[in-house]
Formats: sequence, structure tokens, C-alpha cells
Amino acid sequence: MGLLRKWLTTFGRYLILMGRTFSVPERMRMFWKQYVKEMSQLGVDSIGIVLLISFFIGAVICIQMKVNIESPWMPRWVAGYTTREIMLLEFSSSIMCLILAGKVGSNIASELGTMRVTQQIDALDIMGVNSACYLILPKILGLLTLMPFLVIFSSAMGIVGAYFTAFGMHIITPDDLTLGLQHAFIPWFMWMSIIKSLFFAFIITSVPAYFGYTVEGGSVNVGKASTDAVVSSSVLILFSDVFLTQLLS
Amino acid sequence: MIEVKNLYKSFDDKQVLKDISTVFEDGKTNLIIGQSGSGKTVLMKNLVGLLTPTSGHILYDGRDFVAMTKREKIAMRREMGMIFQAAALFDSMTVLENVMFPLDMFSAMNLRERQKRAMDCLDRVNLVGAEQKFPGEISGGMQKRVAIARAIVMNPKYLFCDEPNSGLDPKTSLVIDDLLHGITREFGMTTIINTHDMNSVMGIGENIIFIYEGHKEWQGQSHEIMESTNQRLTDFIFASNLQKKMREAVIANGIKI
Repeated sequence: MGLLRKWLTTFGRYLILMGRTFSVPERMRMFWKQYVKEMSQLGVDSIGIVLLISFFIGAVICIQMKVNIESPWMPRWVAGYTTREIMLLEFSSSIMCLILAGKVGSNIASELGTMRVTQQIDALDIMGVNSACYLILPKILGLLTLMPFLVIFSSAMGIVGAYFTAFGMHIITPDDLTLGLQHAFIPWFMWMSIIKSLFFAFIITSVPAYFGYTVEGGSVNVGKASTDAVVSSSVLILFSDVFLTQLLS
Repeated sequence: MIEVKNLYKSFDDKQVLKDISTVFEDGKTNLIIGQSGSGKTVLMKNLVGLLTPTSGHILYDGRDFVAMTKREKIAMRREMGMIFQAAALFDSMTVLENVMFPLDMFSAMNLRERQKRAMDCLDRVNLVGAEQKFPGEISGGMQKRVAIARAIVMNPKYLFCDEPNSGLDPKTSLVIDDLLHGITREFGMTTIINTHDMNSVMGIGENIIFIYEGHKEWQGQSHEIMESTNQRLTDFIFASNLQKKMREAVIANGIKI
């Protein structure tokens, strides 16, 4: 009962914070400035890690499929087909967002937490600035804007990784891989991946923002908030993945 | 003028402020003094709206801040400037950007006018030349001066300072005190300073409120402290043996401070 009450209280406070966040910015010029900065900090700065991980995961999936599924009863292109489906349906949306929850989530929670304990957020409030809107809204909208691009880059890089196993390691022939990648392609899966990632982008930014914004105490609490933010957003991504996959399939 | 009437503030069962009633006068440097944990910061946070009183009234020129709507409070806050204990400068911005920030948010000035106004304020606190530095690259005293410049850039009617001298050496503390006192006179602001720095009390305190365990124990001017018979006040102000002897000497020789 106590745990449920605590959870409901946290959820209620989160909703109140989101209510304050989604209001009209005091000065649009300042909002755009922050928005561009956050797109760069949260989105553009994440492209490197997304490409790196997607390349190797694409390569590894292709090798695993080839080695473990190969049989005389299976067509030779099946490794390419399954690599594409895994990258598109789960990795580039859900797993990549889990990775970003660690990178972006901890960044947001620690940044806002530090601003809270050093009274920078109080300073904004005293000036009459809606600190939640000024600090959190650009982060949410910034990542939401760039997330579809990250998903597309990730899927594309996964396929590049798969071709690396074909050309560089000769695990599969490039023709078989190409045939598999093109086999029974459903464009809706790409959209599904992007739609899911938009929900996850909202979780990755708003949940850590809540944990960071509401920190009380000192640096130890900022560290704890950062950990809590990553754990909570990861769990929420996993839960919502189940529902979204069911809903969109 | 800021008038506080029967202000109470409690956290759960713990009552931190008990029936505080006082007046902070216009154009004067008002000081709130008291031991650590006496409720000074809680009183200031109530005055600026970072905390809501349990009961009581805070009147800004007759307007009850406690009863205001959220929108009215936001508008009211634009008449306030605040200097925090740790300066609370925005780390990601340069000194100039920090000072310009309130203008960027709320003024209708163009970029050149905003920059000029910010540079004027930096000039007032003797910080011209440091405008392109980041807060992490300047000393604690300079950070406080940047915070002062940022607090006055919008010409506030009310200036709040939470322990502006904390962590500073005595000489830099005097610079900050003189600056705050000078600005108060120059702009006719109502300045309220939380402090336990005795140099500030004796140097710039025009209206002093002594808080003891959450209630107002004493109120008066700095020259009245010497002759005060309030034991709690004299125990707090003249805590060291040196200070006690100095007080005895001042009273014995009839020296006016």
C-alpha cells in the first residue's frame, strides 16, 4: 500500500511538472536558442554512439543468423531477411532507445540536478521565468525532432554492418544478403519503428528531467537521481515497448 | 516597503518561523541576522515566494504576496532581484550572458541595447574585462559581483541577498558590502540581506532584525546594538572575548559608532 501511494505521488508530481513544462515559452527567441542547443547536445552528439553500436550489432546479428539458422531447408537469404527485421523492428527503436536512456537520461538528470542543488533553478524562478518550460521543453522537443533521424541512421548502419560480414568476412554472399534484405519488405515497419521511438524519446527526456528537477540535497542525491532516472526510463521503455508493439502490429 | 505580518512557517510538525512581524524600509539596507538554523533563510525564501507561509501576510507596498495568483506572483518577481549564497550563476553562460539573461527574457530592448545595459552593470560592479569568461573561470568574489550585476540589471525595486559574504575573505566581504549599500542608495531599492557577518552588521546595517529560534527577538539600528541589553543579541553579536572587550571599551569610553 505504501509503495503504491509513493508511486502514485511520484506520478502525480510528474504530471504536474509536465503541466508546467508544456506551456507557452515566455520568449520564443530564447526558446529557439535552447531548442537548437538541445538538438545538438542530445541528438547530434548521440549519432556517433548510435552508428557505432548499430554497425556492430548489424554485423553480429547477420553472423549469428547465418551460423545458427543455416540448414538445407532454409533459403540462403534468410540471414539477411532476419537481420533487417530485427534491426528495423526492435534494435533501431527499442534497444537503441535503451542505450540512449543511459547516455541522454543520465546527462539530463545530472544537469538539472546540479542546477537545482546550486540554486540555478531557484534563480530562474525568482526572475519570474517558468524554469520547467525553459529548461525541460527544449530537451523534450529537441530529442523528439532528431529521434526519427537516429532510427533511420541506426537501421542503415546495421545493414552496413551486415554487408561488412559479407564483403569483409565472407560469412554470406552479398547477393544472398541483398536478396534477404529486399525480401517481403513492409514499409509500415519503418513507420512503426519511428512511432515507437518517438514515445521512447519522450520517456528518455521527461522522466530524467523529473528526477533531476526535483532533486533535494547535495551531490550524492544528484548521483542517485541520475541512476534512478536511467533505471526508471529503461523500465518504462521496456513496458511501453510491449504495449506499442501489440498496438502497432 | 515590505511589511511582514504574523508570519508562521512550519515543516511537518517543526515550526521554523513563529509570528514574525516586521517592516523592511524603502531605500535602506535591511539586515536579517541570527544563528545558523534560526530561520533566516526560511524567512527570505518566504519573502521571495520560494516557500509558502503556513499563515500570515507579506505586503509589497500594500499588495499581499501570499494571496496573489501564480501569474501575479510571476509578475511581482520581475520587481525582485536576488543574490544567492553560492551566486547561482548559469555555468553554461559567459559572465555577459549571465547578466544579459533577464533582459533577454523580459526586456523589449534590441541586442545592442541589452549588451550596453549589461556592460553598464558590469562596470558598476568593476568587472569590465571579465565579460567573456565563464563562472568557473573567475573567483568567488567576482562571482558574487556578477550575481549583483545580474540582480540589478532589470532595475528591481527589491533586492534580496542570502549570505552574500559567505566563503569570502574579510577584504572582499567589505567590497561586496560597500557595493550592496551603494547600489541600494543609488537606485533607492529595498535591500534585505541575510547575514551573520558582524562587519556587515556594524558597517551597512540600517535596519537590523535579529531572529532567534524562529521568532523576532530584536529590531533596531546598528548603533543601538552596542547599548542593547538584550542578552541573546549581545551573546550572538559579541560572541568572542575580543569582541566582548571591544564592546566594553566602546561603552566605557563613550565612543559613538
